[in-house]
Amino acid sequence: MSKQISFTFNGVAVQCEEGQSIAAAVINSGTLALRKTRFGEEPRSVFCGIGICFDCVVVVDGVANQRSCLIEAKADMDIESSS
Amino acid sequence: MQSPDAIVIGAGIVGASSALSLTNAGLKVLVIDRGAVSSGTTGAGEGNILVSDKDPGPELTLALRSRDLWFEMQDDVGDSFELEAKGGVVVARHDDGPLLKLAAEQSQHGVTTQKLNQSSLHELEPYLHPDFHSGVFYPQDAQCQPMLAAAQVIRTVIARGGAFVSQAKVTRIVVENGAVAGIETSKGIFKAPIIINATGTWAGELAEMAGSHLPIAPRKGFILVTEPTKKYVFHKVYDSDYVTNVASSDADLQTSTVVEGTRSGTILIGASRERIGFDGSMNYEILRRLAGQATSLFPVLRDVQLLRAYRGFRPYAPDHLPVIGEDSKVRGLWHSAGHEGAGIGLAPGSAALITDAILGRETFMDGSAFSPHRFATVSL
Repeated sequence: MSKQISFTFNGVAVQCEEGQSIAAAVINSGTLALRKTRFGEEPRSVFCGIGICFDCVVVVDGVANQRSCLIEAKADMDIESSS
Repeated sequence: MQSPDAIVIGAGIVGASSALSLTNAGLKVLVIDRGAVSSGTTGAGEGNILVSDKDPGPELTLALRSRDLWFEMQDDVGDSFELEAKGGVVVARHDDGPLLKLAAEQSQHGVTTQKLNQSSLHELEPYLHPDFHSGVFYPQDAQCQPMLAAAQVIRTVIARGGAFVSQAKVTRIVVENGAVAGIETSKGIFKAPIIINATGTWAGELAEMAGSHLPIAPRKGFILVTEPTKKYVFHKVYDSDYVTNVASSDADLQTSTVVEGTRSGTILIGASRERIGFDGSMNYEILRRLAGQATSLFPVLRDVQLLRAYRGFRPYAPDHLPVIGEDSKVRGLWHSAGHEGAGIGLAPGSAALITDAILGRETFMDGSAFSPHRFATVSL
């Protein structure tokens, strides 16, 4: 069993294993939508899962437009949905 | 479709606008494409509808009329393709003499120009590098999302009795007694007495198939796309070297700085030009150069990520003018191609010209400078 860590997604604590991507951790916690579209508020999640499509972007510790499928979750990260 | 009056080959914006204009004139039009709508150069541009980058002459006359026709076409087919009269801001990187001279000439020919000094320039573009102190504002410059536009225009053609066949590659142009009779495609034979070659960069190949000749060659260009940002770029902003590069006939790589925001929040960065055939490979050196030039105009872009880059092939004619008119050898074969980087802007104007010519109607300008006959003895 690898090490368990925790971070927050839109203010809610998410537990995951160290080494998981942010997207995997959030989806595994039961939340599918990583953000909503800027026009029309449509939910968006992982589409390609390999860093090409930019559908899964989130704000990581204040830095916008980070691809959650590529970035490993780290303890105490503050993740917000992109607006 | 049973016996169309005309077949338009090419479902880019030039073909789509031609089909709409012929349909509105009462013809039954079939549009065919070897791929999907906008799968050629229309799908690889920025959606420029510019008057600012053109010297006085026939292309400017066409551009001015075409720009107005874009707004008429929007009224005709519905607002669905992000058409926006955002205006162009051209800045002088070094000496502003050539830019101001061009603007003075353009203003004698229907182009609205407004000279910008340090303060008015930065009022229009607050994030522009403070070193720029002179420029010209062109309020007529506009932009659209060309793929959406072509799709919506073709939808309208179909709704008005036309038809569209995709994934149909033309394999033969049937010519009988010096006149077109139809085409053979991978999806069957279609007959019509009027065929419009709107195949852009590939128009030369099509002309060859009919036993004729057009010297259209690909002029490759890259565009970078940033992540959506807050609004940093309010107009189409480019440096005045762009006009020189557009007009150059040099085959070697040229880059100039073109930066513009889009309605969806991304920023588009261009523009490179090189004639190296249909070589679709990525070139990171060019991408670096374009990005570097863009940050020299807008330093704030240094902290903005690029999402992707794409490239396309502008249809280049040796004299930089589009080819609009009936073929020099084959009757009933009409060309509307070779618009280079201006095809989006010039599309509805070209469509009006070709429709008027086909129907023998009076038209808004003398289009003889665009005649395919000018290449009767020229080859690349």
